[in-house]
Amino acid sequence: MQVQLIKLAHARSGDKGDTANVGLIALRDAFYPLLVREVTAERVKRHFEGICKSDVERFELPNLGALNFLLHESLGGGGTLSLMTDAQGKTFSTALLRMEIEIADDEARSAGLI
Amino acid sequence: MKETIRIAAGQGFWGDLPNAPVRQVEEGPIDYLMLDYLAEVTMSIMQKQKARDPKAGYARDFVTLMSRILPACVARDIKVVANAGGVNVAGCAAAVREVARELGLGGKLKIGIVTGDDILDRIDDLLGRGIELRNMDTDAPLASVRDRIQSANAYLGAAPIVEALNQGARLVITGRATDTGLTLGPMIHEFGWAADEWDKLAAGTIAGHIIECGAQCSGGNCQYEWQSIPDLANVGFPIAEASPDGTFVITKHENTGGRVNIPSIKEQLVYEMGDPRAYITPDCVADFTTIHLADDGLDRVRVFGIKGRPSTDSLKVSISYSAGFKAVGTLVYAWPDAYEKAKAADRIVRARLDRLGLRFDQILTEFVGANATHGPLAGEPSPDLAEVQLRVGVRGNDRQAIEEFTKEMAPLILTGPPAVTGFAGGRPKVEEIVAYWPALIPKSEITVQVDVIDV
Repeated sequence: MQVQLIKLAHARSGDKGDTANVGLIALRDAFYPLLVREVTAERVKRHFEGICKSDVERFELPNLGALNFLLHESLGGGGTLSLMTDAQGKTFSTALLRMEIEIADDEARSAGLI
Repeated sequence: MKETIRIAAGQGFWGDLPNAPVRQVEEGPIDYLMLDYLAEVTMSIMQKQKARDPKAGYARDFVTLMSRILPACVARDIKVVANAGGVNVAGCAAAVREVARELGLGGKLKIGIVTGDDILDRIDDLLGRGIELRNMDTDAPLASVRDRIQSANAYLGAAPIVEALNQGARLVITGRATDTGLTLGPMIHEFGWAADEWDKLAAGTIAGHIIECGAQCSGGNCQYEWQSIPDLANVGFPIAEASPDGTFVITKHENTGGRVNIPSIKEQLVYEMGDPRAYITPDCVADFTTIHLADDGLDRVRVFGIKGRPSTDSLKVSISYSAGFKAVGTLVYAWPDAYEKAKAADRIVRARLDRLGLRFDQILTEFVGANATHGPLAGEPSPDLAEVQLRVGVRGNDRQAIEEFTKEMAPLILTGPPAVTGFAGGRPKVEEIVAYWPALIPKSEITVQVDVIDV
């Protein structure tokens, strides 16, 4: 079944120059392995097609049940150079939560999703 | 040694809730108040102020704030650590001393002054000796923007703050110091941590990271169950309750709004994070993958298990430079077909800019209400949208071209698609862009000075 990340995680995003960072945090411990498996750097890069102009890096924080993504060249030059409404990447958090991932029905059942 | 000390954050950025530090002092017990005033480009604004008036160049808000809270701080033994000094730390300290004397506090406190971060006058010397100050993001050498530099400051860590506190300062004023150092400094001073107790230094650094954005860890901008977060109108700013062993609790004053829980702390921990295993400060390298969190009662989260590694041989330098001009103009289009109208208006204004022969380094159009924040991820906007704001921005080095652009937005009202409004602000303003250039400098190049003066 398809599940939107907003059902599995919360998130906060910010900036470092022209790079947006998105921290994706599992709502429950049981969801973290699903995020690790499905929300890969490649998948996030595809999700942000047309927005992220360079690479996506991913870091794992199992202690927090969180993944950190760096989306390089995503903020129109970044900082004061950017003309974007969201020059600081503050809303990339919920943009990532729009993503849908595929999980098996029995997985969804054991994670308490259905 | 005290069993715990309570370090309160009073500002998440320059311009945060003016009353927040006052409430931190008045509404419950704290030992330290830490205040962060310096955003990345703040130094260039202060440099300009100082050029016009040699007595200016620091956060005047801080002096106003001190006039309100200094008597309470002295009476209740609260110390204040702030990077309010900008590019004129001595001037800031002099102004605070004057205020303190007017309040009858002469002879009752000492002010610590931390300088040595400002390297603006040394740029040519550094470049001449082969220290290129390359841009950490783009790898470009600083020489490419040499003639446009407005300010240059190294980020200092906790050590000089500790030195000032050790010499008896009640108030410590710095120029460019890391936000995390403002929190770590008091812990080192109180607990006597050694310079190589990396785990403890990392813990104090992470405590600083959690509280440095003010209420963003105590319910503000919190996505987790945001609708149920109580009384944000009365939001409590965070307090780090630190222990000598390097563990700490994040909390807030009783009877304040907001919420401190594990999700609110996790959201702040990942904010502006790079590689979580290497959070580099002047004081240490903190490892965010070692952080453990536990509930410790209502609005209390205990943080423990943190590991750190030795600091690096470099300091980060923040350089600001003039990078051209920009302007942003907006208009609002109403139902029906609000998005189609805004798109048509954009085509029209761009055609006029072309016909005028105006050239820009960048022109960006956004449709607020349709897809300005999430772009293509937002999907095709509904034809029933009540309104869409057209937002056109231009950037370039030719100020005149940007000025011409600002004259082209308002005429769309009488010469473009119908049902348009939202022009009450008049022509868009042309803004000078001061851009940020992050670089590294060897620590050995920076000589920090700590002075402690009597009031």
